[in-house]
Amino acid sequence: MADLESNLLQTLNAQETIADSGELAKTLGVDHMVLVGTIRSLQASEMIVAEDIDHFRYALTEESQSYLTAGSPEAQVFDAVGPNGITMAELKAAVPGEAGDVGFKQAMQGKWLALDKSGGGEPRVVRKVESIEDRTQALLADVAAGRELAQSDAENLAKKRKLIKPEQWKTYKLTKGPKFALERKKPATDLTFDMVAKGTWRTQEFKEYNFNAMGQPPAGGHLHPLLKVRTQFRKIFTQMGFEEMPTNQYVESSFWNFDALFQPQQHPARDAHDTFFLTKPAATPSDRGVPGDYLQRVQSVHESGGYGSLGYGYSWKLADAEKNLLRTHTTAVSSRMLYKLANQPGGFKPAKYFSIDRVFRNEQVDRTHLAEFHQVEGLVCDRGLTLGDLIGVLNQFFSRLGLKKLRFKPAYNPYTEPSMEIFSYSEQLGKWMEVGNSGMFRPEMLRPMGLPEDVNVIAWGLSLERPTMILYGIDNIRDLFGHRVSLSMVRKNPLCRLGL
Amino acid sequence: MPTVGVNRDKLFEKLGRVYTDEEFDQLCFDYGIELDDVTSEKEMLRKELASQAAKGAETKLAAEAAAASEEVIYKIDIPANRYDMLCVEGIARALNIFRGTQPAPTYKLADMAGKPLLQMVVKPETALVRPFVVCAVLRGVKFDAARYNSFIDLQDKLHQNLCRQRTLVAIGTHDLATVQGPFTYEALPPEEIKFVPLKQTREFNAKDLMQYYLDNDQKLKKFVPIIASSLVYPVIYDANRTVLSLPPIINGQHSAISLNTRDVFIECTATDLTKAKVVLNTVVTMFAEYCERPFEVEPVEVVDAFGAKTVYPDLSCRSLSLTADYVNSLLGVSLPPQQVAELLNKMQVSATLGADGQALTVLVPPTRSDILHACDVAEDVAIAYGYNNIVKRIPPTATQGRELPLNQVTEMLRAEVAMCGFTEVLTWALVSRAENFDNLRRPDDGNSAVEIGNPATIEFEVCRTSLLSSALKTLAANKEVPLPVKLFELSDVVLLDAAKSVGSRNERRLVAVFAAKESGFEVIHGLLNRVMEVLGVPHKDEPGAASAPVSYHWAPSDDPALFPGRQAAVYAGHQAVGVFGIVHPEVLSRFDLPYPVSALEINIEPFVFDQYYNSLLQPLSS
Repeated sequence: MADLESNLLQTLNAQETIADSGELAKTLGVDHMVLVGTIRSLQASEMIVAEDIDHFRYALTEESQSYLTAGSPEAQVFDAVGPNGITMAELKAAVPGEAGDVGFKQAMQGKWLALDKSGGGEPRVVRKVESIEDRTQALLADVAAGRELAQSDAENLAKKRKLIKPEQWKTYKLTKGPKFALERKKPATDLTFDMVAKGTWRTQEFKEYNFNAMGQPPAGGHLHPLLKVRTQFRKIFTQMGFEEMPTNQYVESSFWNFDALFQPQQHPARDAHDTFFLTKPAATPSDRGVPGDYLQRVQSVHESGGYGSLGYGYSWKLADAEKNLLRTHTTAVSSRMLYKLANQPGGFKPAKYFSIDRVFRNEQVDRTHLAEFHQVEGLVCDRGLTLGDLIGVLNQFFSRLGLKKLRFKPAYNPYTEPSMEIFSYSEQLGKWMEVGNSGMFRPEMLRPMGLPEDVNVIAWGLSLERPTMILYGIDNIRDLFGHRVSLSMVRKNPLCRLGL
Repeated sequence: MPTVGVNRDKLFEKLGRVYTDEEFDQLCFDYGIELDDVTSEKEMLRKELASQAAKGAETKLAAEAAAASEEVIYKIDIPANRYDMLCVEGIARALNIFRGTQPAPTYKLADMAGKPLLQMVVKPETALVRPFVVCAVLRGVKFDAARYNSFIDLQDKLHQNLCRQRTLVAIGTHDLATVQGPFTYEALPPEEIKFVPLKQTREFNAKDLMQYYLDNDQKLKKFVPIIASSLVYPVIYDANRTVLSLPPIINGQHSAISLNTRDVFIECTATDLTKAKVVLNTVVTMFAEYCERPFEVEPVEVVDAFGAKTVYPDLSCRSLSLTADYVNSLLGVSLPPQQVAELLNKMQVSATLGADGQALTVLVPPTRSDILHACDVAEDVAIAYGYNNIVKRIPPTATQGRELPLNQVTEMLRAEVAMCGFTEVLTWALVSRAENFDNLRRPDDGNSAVEIGNPATIEFEVCRTSLLSSALKTLAANKEVPLPVKLFELSDVVLLDAAKSVGSRNERRLVAVFAAKESGFEVIHGLLNRVMEVLGVPHKDEPGAASAPVSYHWAPSDDPALFPGRQAAVYAGHQAVGVFGIVHPEVLSRFDLPYPVSALEINIEPFVFDQYYNSLLQPLSS
């Protein structure tokens, strides 16, 4: 092929014009159809210009091919009849098939033969002329040789006798195209080091780029979407002046998780079917980490109250407080931090704390529940804080999350009073959605710790997973957190714009 | 949070007006309850039917559904401490008083002057199993089908919630006309207790009855363990030795109440006297509404094992003193004392202003057992005033924002590892024991992992002591992802640590895995070098490392989870901080991974220091 292309280009270069590609094919000894392929390809590259030349001729049919040598059917019949004539049956045997029928008809029409019925009996075919000239054969020989026939002969042979058929084909007149060259240049797909180094990019032809396809994905790493959201929450909290609590301790005693929070020992949350209790390490001895006087105050506030409270009026069991568990909320950490705040050297100082970390619930895993999830918690501890301060700080915090329209519903929580559920109006969904829980820690929790009388703590919490699922359009929590996440989800998620 | 289903039309009848669902939802929101669902019996059965049909046709249910009422039912979520709102009577009463359409009722005991008190005599043996009983009588009650059902439902709801599935308190209600006081509360060997229990036609002894319930009764069998192991069972007899009830399991058929019952005898047996009193008060204050003399309850004298007599129920109001200043300072409002008193009336709490015009004497009715402290009263003021009417204020507390250094280093390191081409995953701290040990070919010495006693699923038996299993599980769950796959996670493992007061501590680790057609050992090795580079920790052979406060190196190791000869332990100074290597092929096969994987896991806590290499770790507890 390359040779053919090269030959063609050489010839064209020498002759400036190739009058007929048909001739060229003959010269080059190739089938014209093969040459056409090369012509088209060069034409597409604008290296040559090809003008159509229409061709027309008659060609022999398969049937008439044999008559070239054997003679036309009428001549064959004439020969078979011979000088003495023969019967129809004998003629059919001598020139069988269609040739016999057609030849007999033609010979009769041309008055070469006649039917002699004079002898009585079977009629005989006899010659009417001594000799004939087989003109049909001569005409077919002309067609075969490419000679042109007279119009009447051509029509007669083509239409009436169907011995020849018309054929049409194209050849081309070739001239040089605008990009004519003796050698074709392949268009490059890319700019290479070589082209830049040698400067060949100046003359190099470039293949058109397919702009309909996506580019190649970068090979770099990716951050997990839930943790991207966590990062933004951390920024919002620190920008608001909150200090992060050390929540890197999942194992907690019931004391700090429940009792210190004034959550009674019969509370349903302390049931085995809600909380992961541990067999190892099974308990935190009460003499480790909890000063005896504080422990005593917690016991008595549960049993008989104090600090203006009635208490729960039940028999508080130390063993229940010592039971270890996987913390059910990060508020267990808040209670430790508040105790420290009350008992630090130099006395109480106001504080704003936050944390975002895992909490554990003994639940069956399904679309909306995991046995572990992330709790976001914020609290402010200061003298003279009010419910109005809580509403204020919640508005500040949630507006950073883009939730500017809030309302609050009275709620119940064992360790806060007053308690408020936080609702936000979703413009997208056209309804109010619960977005968190909040309240002021009860005096039965704060006073036994030793926090001064006028110190109040306002606090709120929400899960990290729920806003993330809404943000990233994930409806199954297992697709977000856990080993069954799809890596393509991790790879494809956008920036978290919370807090912008 | 308990959910109570109430007939909407009956509720609206009691409220004296019809609400749209939206209006009622708003009223609930303001009061702090929640309209959870609007449905009907038919609808609920239909839903149940649909879920049953999924398991196999349930024709009986279909017939029930077809016959069921289409009357609208409101499912209302009630705060867990408002036991007085667990029935339509209580919900309507609370909302009526809140809206000012009904004054708070005064609950009182019947005047028994000159009349004998019914007695309940407690035998000492009850102390062995269920020591307390409190009683009351409702006289001249007018039941109809709706009231009767509500009466039964309230007991159910109380049993489920405050009574902690009857362990703390169990309620028995009886047709007083069928029994004869004085009653005795006894504890006897189960074989000696014989009676025809509710819904049965033949006599059982208590021992056989327990077995019968275990074998035949889905609802009652869960209560059997409360007393089953006791030598003696609690039982209440009347003067003629008729069994009223076998608490906390079942009442006797003899004294069963019906629509025609007029005088109702109520007994609450308990292991917690405080809660027994609350339960009794809740039942009588709700249904005294239907008594011949509304809100009047006939007391019963309980004679304890020592002969001491106490009259129940105690319907007196508790008195609490507070000031408007206290309320205002807690809520951040400035309401005049008179307004505080008026608002409290809307919450069933009566308040009278003292002579100084400041002090408020608050009387808490027996229905409001949730009020323990003045702060509960303040919350009621806030609810009545409207949470959303309180003016917001930004707390003046000026403090400095600060991240926990451990988490701050974690955040920076996450970004650096992602820059190295690794994709972050986030996996659970809870794993099965096999995943944590056997599948990693690591022995369980019984002394490294925190063990969970009561996991709901076998997936969560222990806290992971290594992040590696979770990373391998993530690879296994993502086998269709084209190789190579590079994953990392920065999370906590949980280790037993006897030196800690809780017996355990978390440790922040980095795990990274590389999965490809070839192991990629050198890729993981390179990541280790890069991580140490960004942490500012030189290799010990680097020039100048000798003078650095900390340097690192690695040395061949023999972790069974990794391939022999293709693994090394990582050291910070002399402290071993992790390992890296090719994951052992047996481990791969146990995690169902078809391709080689290399892994790195290191503790990053030794590297949480400031620019002067001072450690910034600050553990929560000692």
